[in-house]
Amino acid sequence: MAKQRITISPITRLEGHGRIELFLDSKGSLENAYFQVPELRGFERFCVGRLAEDMPVLTSRICGVCPESHHLCSTKALDKLFKVEPTRVAKKLRELFYSAYYIYDHILHFYILASPDFVVGLDAKPEERNILGVIKKVGLEVAKEVIKHRAYGQRVLEILGGKTIHPTFGLPGGVSKGLNEEERAEIEKIASSCIEFAKFSIALWKDKLLPAYKELILNDGYKLETYYMGLVDESNKINFYDGKIRVVSPDNKEYAKFEVDNYLEHIAERVEPWSYCKFPYLKKLGWKGLEASKDSGIYRVGPLARVNASEGFATKLANEEYKKFYEFFNCKPVHNTLAYHWARLIEILYAAERLLELTQDKEITGKEIRTYPKSEEKESEGIGVIEAARGTLIHHYVADENKLIKKVNLIVATTHNHAPISISIKEAAKSLIKEGKVDKGILNKIEVAFRAYDPCFACATHALPGHLPLVVNVYNANKKLIRKIANF
Amino acid sequence: MKNKKLKIAIYWFGSCGGCEVALVELNEKILELAEIADIVLWPVALDFKYEDLEKFKAQEIDISLINGCIANFENEQIAKMLREKSKVLIAYGSCACFGGIPGLVNLATKEEVYKIAYSETPSTINPKFTTPQQSYKADAHELELPEFYGYSRALHQVVEVDYFVPGCAPPIESTEKLLEIAKEFAAKGALPPKGTVIGSEKSVCDECEREKAEKKSISKIYRIYEKEADPKKCLLDQGIICMGPATRGGCKARCLNANQPCIGCMGALPEALDQGAKMLSALASIIGIEEEKALSEEDLKKIIDKVADPAGSFYKFSLPVGIISRKHTEKK
Amino acid sequence: MASVDKFEPKILAFLCNWCAYAGADLAGVSRMQYPPNIRAIRVMCSARVDPVFVLEALKRGADGVFIGACHPGDCHYQTGNYKTVRRVILMRKLLEQLGVDGKRLRLEFISASEGKKFASAVEDFVKELRELGPFKK
Repeated sequence: MAKQRITISPITRLEGHGRIELFLDSKGSLENAYFQVPELRGFERFCVGRLAEDMPVLTSRICGVCPESHHLCSTKALDKLFKVEPTRVAKKLRELFYSAYYIYDHILHFYILASPDFVVGLDAKPEERNILGVIKKVGLEVAKEVIKHRAYGQRVLEILGGKTIHPTFGLPGGVSKGLNEEERAEIEKIASSCIEFAKFSIALWKDKLLPAYKELILNDGYKLETYYMGLVDESNKINFYDGKIRVVSPDNKEYAKFEVDNYLEHIAERVEPWSYCKFPYLKKLGWKGLEASKDSGIYRVGPLARVNASEGFATKLANEEYKKFYEFFNCKPVHNTLAYHWARLIEILYAAERLLELTQDKEITGKEIRTYPKSEEKESEGIGVIEAARGTLIHHYVADENKLIKKVNLIVATTHNHAPISISIKEAAKSLIKEGKVDKGILNKIEVAFRAYDPCFACATHALPGHLPLVVNVYNANKKLIRKIANF
Repeated sequence: MKNKKLKIAIYWFGSCGGCEVALVELNEKILELAEIADIVLWPVALDFKYEDLEKFKAQEIDISLINGCIANFENEQIAKMLREKSKVLIAYGSCACFGGIPGLVNLATKEEVYKIAYSETPSTINPKFTTPQQSYKADAHELELPEFYGYSRALHQVVEVDYFVPGCAPPIESTEKLLEIAKEFAAKGALPPKGTVIGSEKSVCDECEREKAEKKSISKIYRIYEKEADPKKCLLDQGIICMGPATRGGCKARCLNANQPCIGCMGALPEALDQGAKMLSALASIIGIEEEKALSEEDLKKIIDKVADPAGSFYKFSLPVGIISRKHTEKK
Repeated sequence: MASVDKFEPKILAFLCNWCAYAGADLAGVSRMQYPPNIRAIRVMCSARVDPVFVLEALKRGADGVFIGACHPGDCHYQTGNYKTVRRVILMRKLLEQLGVDGKRLRLEFISASEGKKFASAVEDFVKELRELGPFKK
């Protein structure tokens, strides 16, 4: 049998589209796999020369699914750049806003993007494996709840940030708008409802999906032994909005814990000529190629990484679920990629509980929403960090004496996960492709491997066709197309 | 054509995904869309052979809804293909309509973008200055990447566009209106006049409820971090740059409700050739105009210098459709 | 590569009806010598010159844009030329950001009696633009 080449050209959202290239050897087994990001938008260059205070609105446009994470991470970098400490009310409002963002974003991913695979079925017809198929399966009542709660999350963003998509809210030293009592009461109701919905979602996972897909979840083809990174508070509890960056090793030792200001000591990025996207790794361990092990500097971020890199949640219900999660796997860290989904659902519960706590905080309707920076005509620097839904996000700016941006460095969540996603695809393909047999079911199972990371593609898209449309070309050794598969 | 299900394609180019979320904002109305239309691509995946899109006959797709700017060769090829296959082509969102924020890349050169992204950023370790290659052999495997142009264009600068839905992301009212148009098209085959822009014919100021001074004059310009903005009064009257006067409405002035200035995402007003130049004109005309007698040339320059980044402030979303749409190089 | 043909810049001039246009007229009837590189458009006030005109002129092949306005305090409409002054300052800043040399936009205060000033301003502008070279390559 001749060597084959398979191209999977899905659309993944990192900064645009993505493509998977699989190369088979003459026996028809996988020889190598490449996950390519074929797009570059140049944010780090075109933000140079801009007003520093414009960064939260400019960087929001890196991603329209999680603009809130860029918006607030950028705002935190501005706090440092302007040497200004936000007021207590402002910090609480930002965290409230951020909790609502988590609810909306995680619901969007789980139900609209990921659930068709599990609820409708991995081997279901592509035309049924979509949100409409999910609605058929779970019934219109449940579907309406999903739609309602996703919209609830966005309603909170709109109350504070004016808009649901690309809300605008953050300023150095605070926020531009506070809450009045009427708005606070509305958000309180939303939070209570979201807690119930999160409980329902976790039950759906544990009672229906977990038993059905246990084998797949525990399958070695979907396992990667990497380092994990996430933000934690003083007691090593997960915090989305602020904290220290903690890294644990594949055998559950604390490898590092540091303030984001020192990120350059710990994180480095590599450039490969076949992708526009860089590959971050732990600097001290070094780049050992695309391989996951204790000696390799590859680490993961996102929901699974956060639970692995921490010692629980700060809220009661979420923390109980955290314990149950580890009871099930009976090991820590959990290396099974598909456990990302479970961790994501527990995070919805935590975000909803936190949202309720914050709306019941007496200070939340306070008027002191800003600290004004003292003017100084000097060059300054600011680094911000936040846990975006998809993982740790870092914004690093230098501004000149007029507070115009001079340098920008951004490390976004999906970039951290770029190497692990590549390896996950390779591992899944290796375990699935035998003797050159590639069919649509196999392709979808490869997709499942990287969909778990929720690589940031605008999720809605995947909703109606219900799958990432893939194109597969099989080439012989002479690069001649001999077979073609498309799953749509 | 009557009551036949429409074939709708939804596709993105250089974009952030916010426009897709904007479509999901239809919430339960998504089901109404599903009733009148089959979504044939959302998103379509194409490798460089395009045979999947080629399956469609000319004009077989009823509506193509496109978001994102044209940033590379692949975008351009697919845009042309979608145009040929579609009866109606719609630019959805500011990137497709005007280039959007990614259009600011036009202020730089491709070389600068590469140098910063792949070498100068402090976390990048790249001593040999490896850069992404359009064609690269990795262990005997050949891998390709689409060419990065280093500048962005709006959709209508590449193919003919029938309708425009501006906004970053388009406001829900616009998306609902679009759904009505699609329903009308499905039921009667009727369409609005070509070139229609879904939005207001008036400016954002027109929708903004803040109190505005009779006669505008700014004696000092403030940057938003410097001053507490009164949420009841016009921001321009308070010396904070707001794109309202030069920007099309239809967004209900939502950013203003969050006590933040308009940043111009709905694009230029109808008939205005260039959003940035219009804003520059409006703003410059009111700076220190009341104190003219007392101002020295030096004083005046000082006040105006507070507009520290005119290109970034006035062309945040519309540089690629500006009269001068890309950085010029003087022979020096 | 020394070129045989000297580069002749094209200048689009917007001249205020009440001053600079009359000044240019005076230069003409007084037979003053000045380079023929200029195409004049009469406007009722220098404030009629929208920044859009400046950009559009460059885009359509002008190498420089000349605005002739009344001296400060002399505006027929009270504050028209003050607006022009402000626009030109800001416009130059924008042009520089777009990679265009700010010298391609020139503002001169020329009264109706200053034919000589008009002639020498044009001469000087032509010289400056020759050094800059053509706007479009």
